[in-house]
Formats: sequence, C-alpha cells, structure tokens
Amino acid sequence: MSGRIDNLFDFILWASVILFAIVAISTIYFAIRYRRHGDIARTTPYIENLGLEITWTIIPFILLMVIFVWGIRDFLRLHIIPAQATEIKVTGQKWFWSFSYLDGPSTVGELIVPVNKPIKLLMSSQDVIHSFYVPDFRIKMDVLPNRYTVTWFEAVHTGEFQLYCTEFCGKGHSEMLGKVKVLPQDEFKKWLETSSGPQEGQTLEEYGASLFVKKACVTCHSTDGSKNVGPTFLGLMGRSEVLKSGQTIVVDENYLRESMLNPMAKVVVGYDPVMPPFQGILKSVDIDGLIAYIKSLEK
Amino acid sequence: MSTSTSHPTHLAHHFADPQQQKDSAKLGTWVFLLTEVLLFGGLFCFYSIYRSWNPDMFYNAHKFLDVALGTTNTVVLIVSSLTMALAIRSMQLGNRKQTIWFLVATVLLAATFMLIKYFEYTHKIHLGQLPGKWYTFEGIAGSNPHIFFSAYFLMTGLHGIHVLGGIGLIIWLIIRTGKGEFSPEYYTPIEMTGLYWHLVDLIWIFLFALFYLIG
Amino acid sequence: MEQTPVTEYKIPERNFLNETKGIKSWLLTLDHKRIGILYLISVMSAFFAGGIFALLIRLELISPAKEFLTADGYNQVFTLHGAIMIFMFIIPSIPAAFGNFVMPLMIGAKDVAFPRLNLASWYIYLIGAGFALYAIFSGGIDTGWTFYTPYSTSTSTAVIPMTFGVFVMGFSSIFTGLNFVVTIHKLRAPGMTWFKMPLFVWGIYATALIQVLATPVLGITLALLIVERFAGIGIFDPAMGGDPVLFQHFFWFYSHPAVYIMILPGMAIISELIAAFSHRHIFGYKFIAFSSLGIAFTGFLVWGHHMFVAGQSDLAAVIFSFITFFVGIPSGIKIFNWITTMYKGSISLKAPMLWAIAFLLEFSIGGFTGVVLGTLSIDVHLHDTYFVVAHFHYVMVGGTVMALFGGLHYWWPKIWGRMYNETLAAIAAVLVFIGFNVTFFVQFIMGSQGMPRRYYTYLPQFEGMHGFSSIGSLIMAVGFFLIGGYLIYAIFKGKPSGPNPWKALTMEWETTSPPPTGNFDVTPQLRHGPYDYDKVVAKNVVPEYMHEH
Repeated sequence: MSGRIDNLFDFILWASVILFAIVAISTIYFAIRYRRHGDIARTTPYIENLGLEITWTIIPFILLMVIFVWGIRDFLRLHIIPAQATEIKVTGQKWFWSFSYLDGPSTVGELIVPVNKPIKLLMSSQDVIHSFYVPDFRIKMDVLPNRYTVTWFEAVHTGEFQLYCTEFCGKGHSEMLGKVKVLPQDEFKKWLETSSGPQEGQTLEEYGASLFVKKACVTCHSTDGSKNVGPTFLGLMGRSEVLKSGQTIVVDENYLRESMLNPMAKVVVGYDPVMPPFQGILKSVDIDGLIAYIKSLEK
Repeated sequence: MSTSTSHPTHLAHHFADPQQQKDSAKLGTWVFLLTEVLLFGGLFCFYSIYRSWNPDMFYNAHKFLDVALGTTNTVVLIVSSLTMALAIRSMQLGNRKQTIWFLVATVLLAATFMLIKYFEYTHKIHLGQLPGKWYTFEGIAGSNPHIFFSAYFLMTGLHGIHVLGGIGLIIWLIIRTGKGEFSPEYYTPIEMTGLYWHLVDLIWIFLFALFYLIG
Repeated sequence: MEQTPVTEYKIPERNFLNETKGIKSWLLTLDHKRIGILYLISVMSAFFAGGIFALLIRLELISPAKEFLTADGYNQVFTLHGAIMIFMFIIPSIPAAFGNFVMPLMIGAKDVAFPRLNLASWYIYLIGAGFALYAIFSGGIDTGWTFYTPYSTSTSTAVIPMTFGVFVMGFSSIFTGLNFVVTIHKLRAPGMTWFKMPLFVWGIYATALIQVLATPVLGITLALLIVERFAGIGIFDPAMGGDPVLFQHFFWFYSHPAVYIMILPGMAIISELIAAFSHRHIFGYKFIAFSSLGIAFTGFLVWGHHMFVAGQSDLAAVIFSFITFFVGIPSGIKIFNWITTMYKGSISLKAPMLWAIAFLLEFSIGGFTGVVLGTLSIDVHLHDTYFVVAHFHYVMVGGTVMALFGGLHYWWPKIWGRMYNETLAAIAAVLVFIGFNVTFFVQFIMGSQGMPRRYYTYLPQFEGMHGFSSIGSLIMAVGFFLIGGYLIYAIFKGKPSGPNPWKALTMEWETTSPPPTGNFDVTPQLRHGPYDYDKVVAKNVVPEYMHEH
C-alpha cells in the first residue's frame, strides 16, 4: 500500500520537477537574453495568443485529473477495511497512547501486531483531539473525544516502526510517541498468551522497572532526583509530601497505589493535576511491580 | 480645470458629483448588508445542523415559546418597517415634521419589540431554560434540550443587538433631520438606514419561523 | 547607445507628506495615502514581532534538547508566530497598505469611497491588536493559530482576549474590503472601463470580495468559541451533544478563502512588476483578470481539504479534493502568462524585478506542493507534518512576502519621492532568497520522512535538517534587517527620484512623487492602457496634460 502511495508521490514529484525546470529556465533565460541595454524604447508589439492560453489551461487540467483519480483510488483502498481484520482499540490521551486487545492485555505506548494480517484500529480520545500517525505505513487518522474513528493497515515486514501524535494537544504533544512492533505470527500468539506479570527469570522489581518505561511513567517522572511534570521517584518511598489540600502525608504503598489509580485524589503541592488515571490500564500485578521498583530507588 | 457650478454642502470633496456619492452609498450599504447575512448565516447553519441531529427535541422545546408574543413581535417589526419607509417618503416630499414623526414611531415600535423580548427572556431565566451549562429546566423530552435554548438565545440575542444598533442609528437620524440636514435632494442616510432596518426585520421573520413555528 | 542625461529631480514643495503637519494631522487624516502609510507602519511592526517569534522557534529547534524554552513556552511561541503573522501582518498587509495608497491613484480617483470608514478601519485594527497584546501579557496563548476545540475550550491560557482581538481585527478587514469594492465600482476616472484597469486593481478587487464574504464567518466562529469558553454552552463539547469537528468546518470555511486574501494581492503586484520591468504589455490580460475572480470563487469551495483525516465522510473528502485541483489551474495560468510577458521584453533587473523573479520561482514550488497535498492518498501521509509547513511558507513567504517587498521597492519612490541604494537592495534580495530556501526547502524532506508539526522536541534523525533550516532563518533575518535599514534611510536621505523613475504606464506614475494631497492636479483622462509599452514611451516627468492650467 505504501508502495502505491509512494509511486503517486514520485509521479507528482517528477512532473513538478519538469514543470519547475521549464518555469525556472525560461524565467532566467528571458531575464538574461532580453536584458535592457541603454534607454527605454518601444518594445515589440503585443499579440494575443488564445491558442497558447488554452493549451496551458487544458494540459495542466488533464494532468491534474489523472493525479486526482489516482489519488482517489489509493485513498479508498485506505478507507475500505477488510472484513476479517483484527480489531484493536486505541485510546489517545494527554500524553500517551494505550492499546487494548479484545480478549487480551492492554499496552501503553506499544502497539504489538502480527505480520501479514490486516489490523483494524478503533480509536477515540479521552480529552482533546489527537492524531494517530505511523509514517512507515503511510496511515494517519485523527482521534476524537466521544466518537470513534477508524483506520487499518497490514504490515508486510516485521520490525519496529515509529508512531507519532500529530494533532497539537498541549505540553506533551511532541513526546506523545509510541512504537508499532510487528512480530512474526507465532511470536505474536505467544506474546498474547503470556503478556502479564513478570516474565521468566524476572524479579518483581525488574518487572516494575520495565513497566516504568512501558506504561510511560518515565514521560513525567524522573529517577535521578530532577523535577519533571511529576515528582521524582528517587527516594519517593517514605518521603514526606505536602499536598495541595495542605495536608502532609508520608508516601507508602497505599498512597502509591491510590495515586496510580486515582491521581487527582492527593496531588502534591507545586505540581499540576495532569496525571491521567491508570484504572483499567494497570493490573494488580503491574501495580505490585511498580511499587517494588519505586522502593528500590533509594537515595 | 472644471469646477461645478453648484457645490452642495453634503457633497464630499472626493466625489465628482452627488450622483456618484449616492451610488457609492447604495452599493456600500448593500455590500454591508451582505456581510450581515453571512454573519447570521453561520448561526443559521449551526441551527440547521443541530436541529437535524435532534429533531424531536427541537420540536418539544419550541412548545415552550409563546407564539402569541412571537407573532406580536413580528407584526410590530413589520409595521416598523412600514413607518421607516414612510419616513423616507416624507423626506422625498420635503416634509420634515412628518419625517420625524415616522422615525419616532419606528423607534417606539422597535422599543416595543425589545420590551416583549425582555419579558420572554426573563420568563425563561425564571424557568431555568437557559443555554448550555446553565440549563436547569426539567420537562423537555429529547437529548440535550439546552442546545435549543443555546441557539435561541444566541440568535435572538445577536438579532436584538442589531435592533438596538438600529434604534441608535434612527435616533441619530431624528437629530439630524431636526437640524435640517436633509432635503428632497439629499436623504441618503435615511434611505440607507431604512435598508438596514428592513434586513433586521427580514432576519426576525426567519427566526420567528424557525423557532416559534416548528412542526 | 544613447547617453542618458543625468537629471536632478526635485521633491515637489507641497505634497501629501508636508501639506499638513503634526501628529494630529496624521492620526485624524482622511487621506488614503496617509492611512496607507499608517497601515504600513502597523503591519511591518507586526511582521517584525512575528519574525522575532519565528527566530525563537528556529533557535529552539536547533537541537532536540531544550535550548531556552520549556514545552509550554514553545507552544506559546509558535501560536503567537502564527496568529501575529496571519491576522496582524499578512491579511491586512498588501490591501491595507498598498491597496490604500496605490489603488485610488491607479484608477484616477481622489480618494476611496468612504475615507472616514477607512480611518476607522485602521483604529479597529489597532483595537484588535491591543486585545491580542493584552492576551500575550496575561497568560499568553498555546492553542496554535487554528484554535481547535476541545483544546482551545479547555486550556487555561488567554484564549478569549486573543480570539476577541482577532474578531475585532476581522471587522477592519471587512470594512477595508467594502470600501475597495465600492471605490473600484464607482470612482474610476472617465474612460477607465473594467478592462482598462491595471491588473493590480483586479487583484485587489477579487481580494476585497473575499474579505467581505468570508470574514463574517470567522467572526461568528470566534464568537461561538468565546461563548463556548465562558458559558460552556456545549456547541463544540461532545459531552454536551456538541461536535469539535464542527468548529473545524466553520474555521476553515473562512480560513481557506483567507489564504486567497493573502495571495491574490501579491499576484496583483507581480502583474505590475513584470509588465513594468519587462516593459511589455502583459500577456493574457483577460485571462489574468478572470483568473483572480476564479480563484476567489473556487476558494470558497475547498475548505475541507484541511480536514481529510479529521473524520469527515469519504464522499466529502473526494469532493473537496476534486475542487482543490481546480484552484491550481488559474494560478498556473498566471505564472505562464507572466513568463510569456518577459519574452522579447526589455528587462531591467532592478530590485523590484528581483523580488518578482523570486516570487515566480518560489510560488511555483509552493503551488506544486499544493497539488501534492490536495491528492487524497498522499495527504494522509503528509497532513500535519513539516511538508505542510514548508508548503504554506513557500506560498505565503515565497509568494506574498516576496511580492510585498517587490511592491515596497517599486512604490517607495512614489511614496517618498526618494530612491534607495540599489546595490544594497540587490544584496538584501539575494540574502532573503538564499535564506528562505535554506530554511524551508529541507522541511519538505523532513515532512515526507514523517516529522510532525508543532513539535517542541524531535527524534535525533531530524537534527541535521532542523539545524540547517535554522541557519537559513538567520540569513533571512539579516536580509530583512538590511532592507529596513536602507529603506528608512532613503526616506530622509535618498536621492530624489522624479515622478516616474521606472517609466511605467499606470496612472499613479502620472502625478508627482510624492503625490499632492488631492492626488492629481487635474481630473485624469485615460490616454493609453496601463500596459501599452508597445505604443507609448514614458519619461520621468509628469505628462503635459496633467499640469494645472
């Protein structure tokens, strides 16, 4: 599919290059060849040429119609979704992507799909308009609140491909990135089955560390003490924090669990209330892993 | 270099003659009215879209508008357009006093319109039939009834602002007529204000039909 | 070869600049020429402010890391760059400055139809700009110049003062357009029929039609946005039964025709420059005149091409793409006609012509890339990427701004009676040309590789291209500062130019430089067409029949 689009792009590109060359060369040539020497005299008589005018109206028109029809055909292919496509729900919110599979896990920031199978994306936003863009697949579709938009693709190569948000959505717009991971079909099946909890040989702490990245906590929380959109995790466990309400609390497991599921409940003073809730995105074992990880980040 | 033999006081220096000035004023006024149509057009568009998405709710909601008052207002405005036209006619005939009477009548009718609208608005405020997030009325079946009242207040509100503007213009005309600035040779401002006033009247007729007479 | 005798010209003793003195005589003027200058000062100040914001953007983007702006700060800077450049600079620029100054002279009129409305338009512009300035200092604005909902209805920045400022400035645009429509219809000199008008006037006329018809829709859109924000009535809020995509439809219904408000006056100037500096009758006058009207008309029918991936129906997308292709044709006709005008001409490569040639090359690129974006399947990939950014800068800067500066250099001697330094002018034009292409050409490549718009930080693979682009912006800045320098110097110390230094044939050159307050000492009679270079040879003097008896 992207090959087809690229072909049309190349066609327009080369047609433009040729036309531009004609424009540029004739302009510069005339400017030099007919350069004024000495004082003004009368120039050559003006002769209308309707034939010329019509020619360069009709020829561009035909060229444009060819391009238009070609573009339509590819566009419709982009928009007509194969009946047997697997559906994945995509949610955009400030400022990350989450994906959930019909009877499977949900992931954050990573869309994992099998190769050579059509995938249908059913998308909506939790807040403002975002846009789901994977340049390598040549697909893009806006993601709207209270509505669903759809797009589809079929990846023909395995690998990792970049995902961007491409409708301005505020502070974290340029960091609302993601990856599309295309796996061989058998690997994808395996992943689907074993995707929750610490993997073989992994401690709970290590599992939490991987979630810290996978679930996009790293976007707003540092681990080196520096202040970011949210408080640093370094030395967080056991820290005394003053809340916006004026109350002072000591960070413990319950506070951490509550802040992940319902972050608006106890916001620390000096930070904006922008953390999205992870209710439905983090399973219990995920929360356990993250707490273990945070505990390991002592000063 | 040519000089005109009579240079009327109302002729601006950059016009060649009174006819050019009058033609320019006419074209300018019509273009201005066109911009007003486009301004309201956006709102009429908004109305059509939301009505097509919520046809039943619009029908149910409109029942709470008082058709008697609406009809009265329509008649009031149509008569005011008549008095406005008669004011122009009076000045064409050179009758200054009559011109002022008809202009005053137009202002009084316009004020009546605003008074009736005031009663309608306060009644709705009392019932909680307000736009958007201020809507508290129960009793209209259908989805999102506040949308009807958003449209109602936005459109009649913008129209009302234009009526007030018109009242101001006509009062200014009354003062100028009193000072003797107009004559059968020159009454363009009265005529142009008349055109504006007719448009205001026409827009109301559409609003009346679309809000009060659904179904 | 004839030796041109060196003539000493004198600035006429009484002209519109010195007839009345003092700041009040300027601030309460009804003279379209003075109003044109007041607008020129305002829009060039806006260009300067918008340009500073542009430099801030490019400096921040030199590397993906933070240079000196936070993400929020960056979002504010790019929003202000867009809003200021579009609403305070480019939309008023050519019509309000040159339309005002030159158009009445070109049609042999004494002034515009409604001089008091003209002055009021300028004050309305200032009031709107005042609200915008207030917005900048009271929280700023970070929505992008497109104010898309729901972001614009939920962000905490100063959306209402900014959009209200734009709303007010819209009325300035409407009244200017209204004034010009009536002036062109009713105040032409005896003998000047529609097809004897210079093409600059045709362009201004087509623009005025769009200003009058499209801007009220922007007005109502912004008014609805303001009401939505403070009253929460729910028109664009999906949770209350509203639709955020509806905002996009309303917004682009104005903003697409708006881009033709931006380019048509530029094309109008190019017609004058090419004819005067090729000293040749413009080729295909009627085609160019009608193409302006054609662009104005079709421009109203294509707004959906900004929304191909917004979730509108496929049928709508197809229709919008189809009509978009039609808009390209009249523009193409103009380019071909202009180049043909140069054929067998007598071409002078003075500064105005250098800008005109820059326009021909750069606008063509802008136009071709417009075709790329109008193609549905390709737009899916390129929408909201740097490809779009490059496209619109090529048409707005490579097009309109080149034409504006060409016009500045062409009419500067008419306005002040003095000429600027030709060598510096050539250097500046070349600097801007190089700087512009270095800045923006590479953005086409970035965009096609997927670099999204409005990004504060970016992936390392784009760093080289961003750096290159930023260097270009500095080169351009140097060029523009140079221009400001020698043009302002010329106002006071330039060599007197005489009434018609370019020996052009449109009517503004048949009066003194600077013109008298009343424009012409006698009512002008049309003696020849505006482009009869094959029949008439002009000299740098006021024609005999124009002298007072």
